[in-house]
Parts: sequence; structure tokens; C-alpha cells
Amino acid sequence: MKTAVQPETSPPLTQRKAKNGRTIFFFVLPALLVYSVFILYPIFSTFYYSLHEWNGVQPQRTFIGLDNYVTLLKDATFWQALQNNSLLVLVSVFVQIPLGLIMALVLFSPVIGKRLLNVIYFLPYLMSTVAIGLLWIFMYDPINGPINQLLQVFGFDAIPWLADANVAMIAILIVVIWQFSPFYMILFKAAMVGIPNELYEAASIDGANGRQQFFYITLPALVPTIVSSSVLAVVGSLKAFDIFYIMTGGGPGGATEILGTYMYKQGFIQFSMGYASTVAAAMFIIAFICVAIIQFVEYQRKKRGILS
Amino acid sequence: MNPLQLVKRIMLYVLAVSLLLFTFYPFMYMVGTSLKSMDEFFNNPYAIVPDTFTFEHYFAVVDMGLAGYFLNSLIITVSAVSLTVVIASLASYPLSRLSFRFNRPLFLLFVAGMMLPIHATLIPIFVLTQEMGIYDTLLALLGPYVAFSLPISIFILTQFMQEIPKELEEAAQIDGANHWTIFRKVIFPNVTPALSTIVIYNFVFLWTEFIFALILLTTRSKMTLPLGLQNFYGELMINVPGLMAAITLASLPILLLFIIAQERVVKGLTGGALKG
Repeated sequence: MKTAVQPETSPPLTQRKAKNGRTIFFFVLPALLVYSVFILYPIFSTFYYSLHEWNGVQPQRTFIGLDNYVTLLKDATFWQALQNNSLLVLVSVFVQIPLGLIMALVLFSPVIGKRLLNVIYFLPYLMSTVAIGLLWIFMYDPINGPINQLLQVFGFDAIPWLADANVAMIAILIVVIWQFSPFYMILFKAAMVGIPNELYEAASIDGANGRQQFFYITLPALVPTIVSSSVLAVVGSLKAFDIFYIMTGGGPGGATEILGTYMYKQGFIQFSMGYASTVAAAMFIIAFICVAIIQFVEYQRKKRGILS
Repeated sequence: MNPLQLVKRIMLYVLAVSLLLFTFYPFMYMVGTSLKSMDEFFNNPYAIVPDTFTFEHYFAVVDMGLAGYFLNSLIITVSAVSLTVVIASLASYPLSRLSFRFNRPLFLLFVAGMMLPIHATLIPIFVLTQEMGIYDTLLALLGPYVAFSLPISIFILTQFMQEIPKELEEAAQIDGANHWTIFRKVIFPNVTPALSTIVIYNFVFLWTEFIFALILLTTRSKMTLPLGLQNFYGELMINVPGLMAAITLASLPILLLFIIAQERVVKGLTGGALKG
């Protein structure tokens, strides 16, 4: 893997090491500098600010210890937001990933116009989330929107999708499914290309039908992709912001509040930057815990040597 | 074809077409509406193909400032992507091909950035850009944009660099080449496929980036496209065809990129996801 550069004609060890050290330093320096200033330092600052009461406008901050964290744990909106983030994870794993798999399977079956379908299925993933949010606001429009028009054609009542606290979350989740299923589709397509055709040929000779081939060949071969897709889904769901901010801003009545929108509102609308930092710190900790759990499970799975 | 096969075939097409309608209908609605006159939109809002096509909304949104947002997005995206390519390739070389004490921890530190919620950095970056005196300029976006492009770029580049045969490097070394020459003459030219992958991935990511732009820019003339679209929403709330024209134009560069270079774009967007 990693190759140490030690040819026969090289200078004595100590001298070489010193020179190597300097070279390595200059190669890594720009990246380390940018990364430190705009990622590492901010994370430490976020934790530091989270111990303060601070409006972000005036320079003075009041140190209040862990008070913000105590407030956070009693904050109903925070828990509501966390619950909505969890719902997002569940929908990603149990709707988007299977839908992506179905799309990939369709594109691998003998349908006419595969190339065109391939392009069209993938389009939603290429648009900016802001554009998608605005487009779907009008898809859901109570009066002129095509979705309600369609409902009425079939004799149902129009639904105020984004204004009704009971359906707003579902409405947004549908958009998220629309946007991200194609991403999982291409992951699955890439993995399916890698399954050797001989396996299917051998199975056919043994008399295996399509369903048996799927469950005994295709699905086991896709397990690593399903695992990495789930990791991406968990991490991606914690980062969500744009679509919720654009479509509902977390409303109505907090029904679609997620950690991202809540943190933004606390910091940049209410100007309680200290408390917003606490929410941000919580997001960091939750992401950290999720990644640690996933890594641990992954490690156990590999250790047992199955399905890998 | 026996009856069972026929039923299966029909089910497959029903599925394929349902998925097609689900993914494609919103696009048809977007483009169709953008080409309708206001009158037609109100009289017949849900027909996909307009009776009479009009491009007036496209000209109108360009006049309303779309061209400026477009230019801002282009400037910041191109600068950030170019800088990322240089900085990430430089760092990837020692991380992938030289052994030193902090090699592995440093690599993990960079790559961990992929898992990071951007929100954990927003307030400090907001404060930092104000202290640096670059708040509300395109320059304010450059640092965060490059920093958040680095993790995946370094991840992809190091994997490619590891696969370059050792012999190439050794041959250069015997000829007396130092690390800098090896990097320029051997490593960099050998990872061009990876470079195009990270260029595409980062281009799409930054072209559509919203939250940093939202907190770091306030002056209209300095805004990027996603932020500009949000403004249009406020102004064109009733003029739906106009808004749809703006969204269509804003999405065009990436849709064109995809249609021209389909395979590269897919490789770019899936990036390290498959190996990771």
C-alpha cells in the first residue's frame, strides 16, 4: 500500500528523514492550513461558544457553563427536531434505498428505451436543493398545483400540503425521496455491473428462477453497497437543511423542524448564538456517535467474515 | 412468450413507467410552465405543453439579475474548485506515497470531514469572516468552500495515487528527481481521471451550495444562484412561470454537463461512496 521511498543510492538515513520531513510539511501545509482555519478551529469554537450566553452582535459573552446544555435537554423543540431527523434517516434507509434498488433493477431488465430511462431517472439528483424546493412548493400549491388537481380529478379533497402540520413532513419527505433515490440507484447500478455473469448462467442451468437468482446472487452481492448507502443516509440526514428551510422553514408549528433549521433560527434569526452553538455541538456529537456505532458494527461484521 | 412471462413483462413496464412519471413529471411541469403566458397559466395551470410558447419569462428573469447571480456562482465555483484541485493533490501525494509518523492520523483527520455536519462550523465561520473583513463578499465563501471540498477530494486522490506503480517513481528517483519533480512529472499526470472526478463532484456541490451563502452574503449583487433563486421566490410568488424559468435556467449548466458527459458525471458524483 504505502510505499516508502528508499532507493539504493539515497543519502544517509537521518539526513534523508529530515529532508523528507520538510518536503512532507510543505506538501501538506496548504491543505492543513485551510482545514484547520475553516473546519477544526470552528468546531472547537462552537463548543467554546456553547458554554456562553451570547447574542453574536455584541462582543461580550457571558460564561454560563453547561446551562445551555441543561436547557437543550429540556427543550421540546430540540427533541421534536431530533425526532424529525430520525424520521428522515428511517425514510432514507427504508424507502430511498429500496426504491433506488428497484430503479437499478428496472434498468438492468430487458426494457426498451433503457438509455433514456437511465438519464431521466437520474435528473432529480442533479438539481440544486433550492430549485427543487421551489419547484415542489408549486407542485403542492393548494389551488393551482398539479398534485391537488390530480386528487380532485379522482374525487378527493385538495390538501394544503405544506400548511397542514399533519402532512407537511410527509410532503417534504416525498420530495427528499424524489431527490435522493436516483443517487442510490447509481450506487446499485455500479455494484450490479460488477456481479459476474457466470453466476447467473450457472444458476439458470441449475434451474433457479428469477426470484431465486435475485435472493441468492444479486442481493448478497449488494450487501456492501446497502451498508455504505445506509451510512451515507444516516450522515446525510443529519446534514439536511436546504429543503426544509426553503419549503416550510420548519413550520407549521414546528412540524417540520429539523436540527439544521432549528440551529439556524436560534443563531441567525433569534440571535442567541450561544444556544445555537449548543444545538450545533449536539449535532456534532450525534453525528460522532452515529459514525462510531456504524464503524463498530462494520468492524464486527468484517471480523466475523460474513457478507463482506 | 407464455402467459406468465407476458404478465411479468407487463408488470415490468408498469413499474418502469410509474417511476418515469414520478421522476419526470415535475421536470415537465417546470419547463412547461416556464413557457406559458401568465393568462394561460391561470386558465390551465396543469397542462404540460403550452398552447402558445413564450420565452418572455426567460428574458425577464435575466433582466431581474439572474445573469449576475450566475456570474457570481461561476466565479466562486471555478476558483474554489481550482484551488481544491491544487491543494488536495499536493496533500494527497505524501499521504498516499510517503511513510511518515503522522501519515495515517492525518489522513483520517482529513477524511473525517466527510461525516461532519456543516452546522457545527457556521457560527465561528460567520464571526471569522467578519473579523477578517471579508464578510458579505464572494471571498468569504472561498475558505469554507475549499475546506469542505478537501475531505472527499483527498479521499479519492489518495486512492488513485496508491495505484500508481512504484517503478515509475523509482525510475525518476534514479534520474535524480526530488519529491517536487516526482509529484509534477509522475504523480500529477497519472491521476487525471481522479482529477476530473473531483472537479465534477465539487463543481456540482458548490454550484448548489446554499447555507454558507445564506449566512455569509447579504448584498444582493454579491449573491450566488441558490440564494438568488430564493430572492426570486419572494418577488415572483404570483408569477409562477417566471419563477419556473429562473429555476430552469439555474439548473441548466449541470443538466447540460450531465447530458454531455454522462459517465464522468456519474463517476464524479458517486465519488468515493462506493469504496467507502
